[in-house]
Amino acid sequence: MQRYSLLSLARHALSHHRDWQPVWRSPPLKERYQVVIVGAGGHGLAAAYYLAKEHGITDVAVLEKGWLGGGNVARNTVTIRSNYLRDESIPFYVKSVALYDGLTRDLNYNLMYSKRSMIDVVQTYPRLRDIKRRMLTMDLYGSSYQPIEVAELRRRIPPLTGGGPDSRLPIIAGMVHEDAAVCRHDAVAWGYARAADSRGVELHQNTAVKSLLRAPDGRISGVETERGTVFADKVALAVSGHTTSLAETAGLRLPLKSFNLSAFVSEPVKPLIDVVVNCPDLGVYLSQSDRGELVIGGAPDPGQSFRRDIKQSVFEDAVCALLELFPAFKRLKLMRQWGGTLEIAHDATPIVSKTDLPGLYITAGWWGGFKAIPAGGYSLAHLIARDEPHPLIVPFSLERFRHLDFVLEAGTTTAR
Amino acid sequence: MLLIPCPFCGPRNESEFLHGGPAKARRPEDPTALSDAEWIDHLTVPPNPQGPVREHWWHSRGCGQWVTILRDTVTHEILPEDRHDRG
Repeated sequence: MQRYSLLSLARHALSHHRDWQPVWRSPPLKERYQVVIVGAGGHGLAAAYYLAKEHGITDVAVLEKGWLGGGNVARNTVTIRSNYLRDESIPFYVKSVALYDGLTRDLNYNLMYSKRSMIDVVQTYPRLRDIKRRMLTMDLYGSSYQPIEVAELRRRIPPLTGGGPDSRLPIIAGMVHEDAAVCRHDAVAWGYARAADSRGVELHQNTAVKSLLRAPDGRISGVETERGTVFADKVALAVSGHTTSLAETAGLRLPLKSFNLSAFVSEPVKPLIDVVVNCPDLGVYLSQSDRGELVIGGAPDPGQSFRRDIKQSVFEDAVCALLELFPAFKRLKLMRQWGGTLEIAHDATPIVSKTDLPGLYITAGWWGGFKAIPAGGYSLAHLIARDEPHPLIVPFSLERFRHLDFVLEAGTTTAR
Repeated sequence: MLLIPCPFCGPRNESEFLHGGPAKARRPEDPTALSDAEWIDHLTVPPNPQGPVREHWWHSRGCGQWVTILRDTVTHEILPEDRHDRG
């Protein structure tokens, strides 16, 4: 792998930047691999990288329907945080935040990682109780959550001028989660792709998987793609939103529903907000990107959906909520909007698990899966390589449904 | 934005409704007669097709009626309901 550094930048400047190597190869598709990962998004690419790095398994192909990193890893709001509710969830997200902290160096790829606090704007007492309860559990696992008063909240977020004593929902407190961060989403996909490729993993774009193949003994034997059959000893699905559609081709039913979640950005403005602001009572959250755009997210489209656009009513709700607290933003022009298909499990906790079909692994049910990419890929690689779950994801197994032992996770969605 | 047919008010804007979740299959008469796998499937596995789903909406900012519709999850088109097939 061609390493990136200030020195390499200077050296390539001498040749007018004409000699850079391609970031990853485009090898021909083989007929058989040890491991096939379906989906070159954050989780699929991270799993491929850690399979090669931690377990020495390099006979791996990552098959992608469209272009690399064009799914939800390109469609999120880049918030990295670990303020979850359950004992089962918090250690996992603490690990993921820790891996993100060192990821730029690990991948030799600039993720534009920026540590910044996330501040919850609390407007109702039930919400305050819920968040204080989270704080107590998070304390046990080394994740930070600190209450602040309204005056301090307004000092830290200057444009927050709404929510006064006479408003519909006056602000009563703030909660600060210091571990939160943002980073460049594309760089996460490209960084993992480049690092995995350099260790021998093959990336195949425009290779849609149509169905799963089963051997006569019931094992998964490979996948049927648009470019022909690919055999594999082990197949992992990392296809957010479409896990049920693919699993069904092998007769596997999963406790997942697909939804559309959307976001939008404003025109770029001068530095205005240096934290991630979350308004859980109104169902909207925002941060400011390096380019100066405000990145704004709201609640999901209410019913099941496989669409990638944004619905007018969802968009209007988010804008109305935002203007209640930030009336000055009324004059902002909005630039772009987008949506992604993601899925949520019956108990709102993700699934990283073996399945009833030997050789088939799934990582699914990620709602806000961007923050989970490093730990999700790391633990999925462990599961594929050793056929037993990493301690971090034991509670995320499909087994929990068999025993009706749900992990009800209300911290999954930021907005609601 | 959906235009949801309310049996009382006629077609009304989605913003007048609250989503009430997918229409579930009828609870089995005698759950103990099912195998564990069938029971867990009934409790936890919802239909998730790239196609029609049956779901409830509550006309909360209108007449208060609960409505069940058949809606395509890809096109969001509301399809005519097959009355004999209701869960």
